[in-house]
Amino acid sequence: MNRPKLREYAKPKHIKDYPVGPCYTAGHLVTENASWRTEKPIVESNKCIGCFYCYLCCPEGVIYKKDKLVDIDYAFCKGCGICARVCPKKAIKMIREGEDHEK
Amino acid sequence: MKNKAFLSGNEAVAEGVRLASPHVIAAYPITPQTVVVERLAEMVEDGRLKSEFLHVESEHSALSACMGASSIGARTFTATSSQGLLYMAECLHYASGGRFPIVMMNANRSLALPWSIYGDHRDSLSQLDCGWIQIYVEDAQESLDMVIQSYAIAENLKVLTPVMINLDGFVLTHTYELVDIPQKDEVDKFLPPFETPYKMDLENPKNMGVSSSPSDNTEFKFQQHKAVLDAKEVIKEVDDSFRKAFGRGYGGLVDAYLCEDAEFIMVSLGSTTGTCRTVVDELRQEGWKAGVLKIRFMRPFPEEEIIEITKNAKAVGVIDRDISFGYEGTVFTNVNSALSKAGANVRSLNFIAGLGGRDISKESIREAFYDLREESRGISKKRVKFLSLGVSIDE
Amino acid sequence: MSKVRGTINAGNITDKEFFYGHKACAGCGGSIVVRLVLKVLGERTFTVIPAGCMSAVGFVYPQLCFANNAIISTFAGTASMLSGIAAGAKALGLKDYHVVGIAGDGGTADIGIQALSGAIDRGDKIIYICYDNEAYMNTGIQKSGLTPYGAKTTTTPAGDNIPGTLTQKKNMFEIVAAHGIDYAATASIGYIQDFINKIQKASQVDGTSYIHVFAPCPTGWGAPLDSAIDIAKEVVDCGLWYLAEYENNEYTLNKNPKKFTSVEEYLKKQSRFKHLTKEDIDRIIISRDKKWNLIRSKWSC
Repeated sequence: MNRPKLREYAKPKHIKDYPVGPCYTAGHLVTENASWRTEKPIVESNKCIGCFYCYLCCPEGVIYKKDKLVDIDYAFCKGCGICARVCPKKAIKMIREGEDHEK
Repeated sequence: MKNKAFLSGNEAVAEGVRLASPHVIAAYPITPQTVVVERLAEMVEDGRLKSEFLHVESEHSALSACMGASSIGARTFTATSSQGLLYMAECLHYASGGRFPIVMMNANRSLALPWSIYGDHRDSLSQLDCGWIQIYVEDAQESLDMVIQSYAIAENLKVLTPVMINLDGFVLTHTYELVDIPQKDEVDKFLPPFETPYKMDLENPKNMGVSSSPSDNTEFKFQQHKAVLDAKEVIKEVDDSFRKAFGRGYGGLVDAYLCEDAEFIMVSLGSTTGTCRTVVDELRQEGWKAGVLKIRFMRPFPEEEIIEITKNAKAVGVIDRDISFGYEGTVFTNVNSALSKAGANVRSLNFIAGLGGRDISKESIREAFYDLREESRGISKKRVKFLSLGVSIDE
Repeated sequence: MSKVRGTINAGNITDKEFFYGHKACAGCGGSIVVRLVLKVLGERTFTVIPAGCMSAVGFVYPQLCFANNAIISTFAGTASMLSGIAAGAKALGLKDYHVVGIAGDGGTADIGIQALSGAIDRGDKIIYICYDNEAYMNTGIQKSGLTPYGAKTTTTPAGDNIPGTLTQKKNMFEIVAAHGIDYAATASIGYIQDFINKIQKASQVDGTSYIHVFAPCPTGWGAPLDSAIDIAKEVVDCGLWYLAEYENNEYTLNKNPKKFTSVEEYLKKQSRFKHLTKEDIDRIIISRDKKWNLIRSKWSC
């Protein structure tokens, strides 16, 4: 994955530690979005043809290419379901968050 | 080699800008600032100035463009006046909060309604809280010099705050005086290129102008407040090194004239100070102990200086070319706040004068001094008095 | 479809993500726009986002979601800040970079139109993207100058007396083109490759470029979370939006449907249009046909 990663962040203790500007490091992530999900996309690799249409359409950019197919960064996926809906091969299904499943 | 020329205040500012060589100039014309923009456009055209000149379609865009250029580390300049200053009001706060070291000239002019193109200070004083350093200059030489000093102040990493240089509309912007124009190479030595780590950088990307939640906002604002307070020291340092480099200085936040033993001190901003000095000279010949205190910086406010300089005075007058309707002049409010904090028992009176270009005559300043003397003798005068009102206001 | 040299597509687009970890509503069409624009333009891009959804969800210290250089502008100041950056970059002698602004419909067609007009007039080398979700969404779905006829918003409620919004969308594409801009285009996230081509084309223009991209807001439109792409395709297929370009003083239609799909079907999927009567819908269709007659007779198709 070639994208900003979650970082350790400690709230400044002294006024000098605050960014000046306010100007700060680009791509500075301190929280994830996984808890937003009520549903979760599951890629069925046997059906995926690697067209990467879901990858283009994802509002979060959480779908990434892996071994010519796709995988999902669940830490930041909000579970909107666009990937499942646009997949031409119906290779992504949405399941309720927390339900047991087999990949 | 001295290079002297007859310049108006506006032209002196343009010369100062040429010497400071900003990367980007974005400005929109408005009377009485226009000459600055015209001269700069000529300098860009004939190659004396290598700036990108943006012909923006409004003052809001002028300052917004300056912020954009400043956000990647460019030096910027804009100029405005009156309605234009208020049209960019949103960007004024934005620029100081963003800590963009922009330098702007403001030709002080009255605000509509009623319409008036003539001078007073209601435009800039109404924006006193916008987080900018505010300078009020008295003559063309100071105008030119303060443009150069302003960049040194604004770009100091302890300060990183925009600076507004105020020139009295027409009285200063359009009056010609003999001005010493420093050499470009000397100015380059005094004012090195702007370097800052707080910018968008292709090699080290940044997110700027961010939002902050209530848990951080106060800290950002404290930091900004501290920067403007820290500017007090930087202002003095810059003036000292300017004096060393160019042989003249202005003394920092205030300029006191004959105040050491003064019993009666008149506080003024900008070009009014000259008239006040003349009156003080006359009064001194008549045996008065009178002085003038020119406030050069309204922000940061020279609280300590005012307290120190007025500590032995019997009465202090404040000439305000503005009025905060329903209260008093804004300079008066600020001066009184300083005096009361010091526990000073000095009496103070406010004189509202020069609104919408009304002439501030020697006679009216003399009248103000008479009021101070009576007040000091226990004869209670009007706390806020409009000088030179042309009609009776008796109820 | 718009044609461009060395097409970027799903296969060869950078795997870098530049808009990540943001807090936009799930299924947000606007974030698809921001993400794709930045992926096409790459890391040497200065990004300006005005006050609005995308700045509210992407820039809350200490969660900063733009991996490249990015700054929030004033609401009215997207284009003017872009101009300043472009002028500054030129004066500083920077090389190999893009300057892009991404603003919503209100930030573009209403409060920001003056600064945009100024930037186009100057021919500043900037890319301006308007992501159009047809209302002020960040403040809670109020009518903008690009809200279409009949849409219900919180400031144009639909009741017995008024059927929601009574005005038509401002024609921003042609307003921009009328400046004689170097490149302008309309696009839709429902036709994603066409959109990518247009971003790429804009990046190659030596002057000002403008892309007006249709980007549904499921939250504001009352549509399912997963519907943004489908709605954005359907709006083009039913003729209520069109894909076109303006360059060299000429308009080109990129997609000329032989037969439109049902306008009613498109409208009925969104609760903002649920209240519309048959007469309202007929009015929308008549207005669509008038527009298409003009397009087909005047533009190269």
